[in-house]
Amino acid sequence: MVQDKTISSRIFDIVNYTLLSIIGLVTILPFLHVIAGSFTTVTELAQKQFVLFPTVWSLDAYKYVFSTNTVFRSLGVSVGVTFFGTLFSMLLTCLMAYGLSRRDLDGRNFIMFMVLFTMLFSGGMIPTFLVVKEMGLIDTYAALIVPTAINAFNLIIMRNFFQNLPEGLEESAKIDGAGDWGILFRIVIPLSMPAIATISLFYAVTYWNTYMSAILYLNDAAKWPVQVILRQIVILASGLAADTSGMDEFVRPPEQTVKMAVIVIATLPILCVYPFLQKHFAKGALLGSIKG
Amino acid sequence: MSETAVKTGMRKSTPKIPESGRMRRIIKNRAIYLMILPGFLYFLIFKYIPMSGLIIAFQEYQAYLGVTGSPWVGLKHFERLFTEPMFFTILGNTLLLFFLNLAFYFPVPIILALMLNEVRREVFKRFIQTLVYIPHFMSWVIIVSISFVMLSMDRGIINELMVMAGFDKINFLMSSDWFRPMYVMQVIWREAGWGTIIYLAAMAAIDPGLYEASRMDGASRFRQMWHITLPSIRSVIVVLLILKIGDVLELGFEHIYLLLNSMNRDVAEIFDTYVYTAGLKQGQFSFSTAVGFFKSLIGLILVMLANKLAKKAGEEGIY
Repeated sequence: MVQDKTISSRIFDIVNYTLLSIIGLVTILPFLHVIAGSFTTVTELAQKQFVLFPTVWSLDAYKYVFSTNTVFRSLGVSVGVTFFGTLFSMLLTCLMAYGLSRRDLDGRNFIMFMVLFTMLFSGGMIPTFLVVKEMGLIDTYAALIVPTAINAFNLIIMRNFFQNLPEGLEESAKIDGAGDWGILFRIVIPLSMPAIATISLFYAVTYWNTYMSAILYLNDAAKWPVQVILRQIVILASGLAADTSGMDEFVRPPEQTVKMAVIVIATLPILCVYPFLQKHFAKGALLGSIKG
Repeated sequence: MSETAVKTGMRKSTPKIPESGRMRRIIKNRAIYLMILPGFLYFLIFKYIPMSGLIIAFQEYQAYLGVTGSPWVGLKHFERLFTEPMFFTILGNTLLLFFLNLAFYFPVPIILALMLNEVRREVFKRFIQTLVYIPHFMSWVIIVSISFVMLSMDRGIINELMVMAGFDKINFLMSSDWFRPMYVMQVIWREAGWGTIIYLAAMAAIDPGLYEASRMDGASRFRQMWHITLPSIRSVIVVLLILKIGDVLELGFEHIYLLLNSMNRDVAEIFDTYVYTAGLKQGQFSFSTAVGFFKSLIGLILVMLANKLAKKAGEEGIY
């Protein structure tokens, strides 16, 4: 595109770049502040107000956090739920999505409608809770995975992806004598790795961020994932929590630095996969929302 | 992105074929049905059985009697809902938060996308995008926790800076007045960057010739934005606006539940948090199911109305 070099256009650019830089900075400043705060001492935080660069660096907050079992155990729960949850969700999603991508399937439209309708209407919190309870899932780790195993949105993205693969591939595989399972696992899935990576990341982030299911279905504080523990620690110390269960190991309200450290610990895995997320997610979001 | 925007690409049902042919096809495809089965069971058990469980809204549900044994009470719980003073508080809170969201959050991704779209240096553009997408991947717990740490009365950076600037400390977290601004700010922080994606995609499809022609006519960058870019993404804006209206009642239970405390309950209580407290904390299963049912039903009607509205306005609609 031809660049126009008028003065007003130059000014426009300068203002635009400046404003965008400020917006970008403001967006991540809170994260940087919390990271910096978690690496200093309580007295440093109390005496000198800093935004990004403390003069004293320290690992005290992290030592304190890991001196007890609470956070460590919850991290284990979160890692486990994320790993097994993603595996389970991907298995169910891929199987169903592939089935629904087959145009010659009787009842396909009915099942698709059944899936889509759940995006518009649901039984809601209490009836779902009663079903989870009836199935004996209360206070099990499975309660964090099974009731939210398939995300209808992800299912449809996967199905659209499978549907757009060239049909000739399946035909020729069939002629070579491959069955439906063989076609799925030896041809369709290897060809769909980009979509599978994207949707796996979607699920993994959702499972790592799991919070509501734990609040609804887990009474046993020893089974709580890190997000719930984070809430307990930060809100407890703000003096707002009526419910302080699971916090017996933090006898006194945690200091600011400790809260910051727990926030960093709960955030870190997401930041680590973020470069991959950004690459795939934008594509995924568009795959689902734009026609064609 | 709201989930209902998904295009399904469904086809009209296949023409009638003899039963024997259909049976043969079903048998031939038995492996495919087996693949669908686990997912089908998931939707049946965790989506459709709860929908049928909505009938306890018309019962006096007792855990030991179960859904089949509990006595029927007709519309008693709905009558109670509409006569409860709390109902109007919740309705008011919901509507107000929705309008605040619409007025203050909705335009932000559009403006941000317009600004990003004007950036010609790809590296800079991608860098800013990388930064503003980050919060979207953080859970509400992390977003709210960071806000709490920064807004805390006890050495929160915001209050400390205000003291340095000569103001008094404000107890943001325990205040009814600050709940709504805090809610909207957090929504903007988490979602505004991510919200630009769909607009940027629409902008990328605009014919560059339009801009060049307007430049020949001496149009400034602002005028190009106003007369070319904005009209070109009009249909996207309309569709997203409709989706938003359909979602009036979906303010984010997780988010609001985290912000809710005894000091701001009068402004922060919404349908979902009320259902949670009345149902799971106080054990009024039937009443809270009635509240949830009412909410879901209104939500469904709103989505359908919004979609009709879109089609009337000459846009494509969402399903």
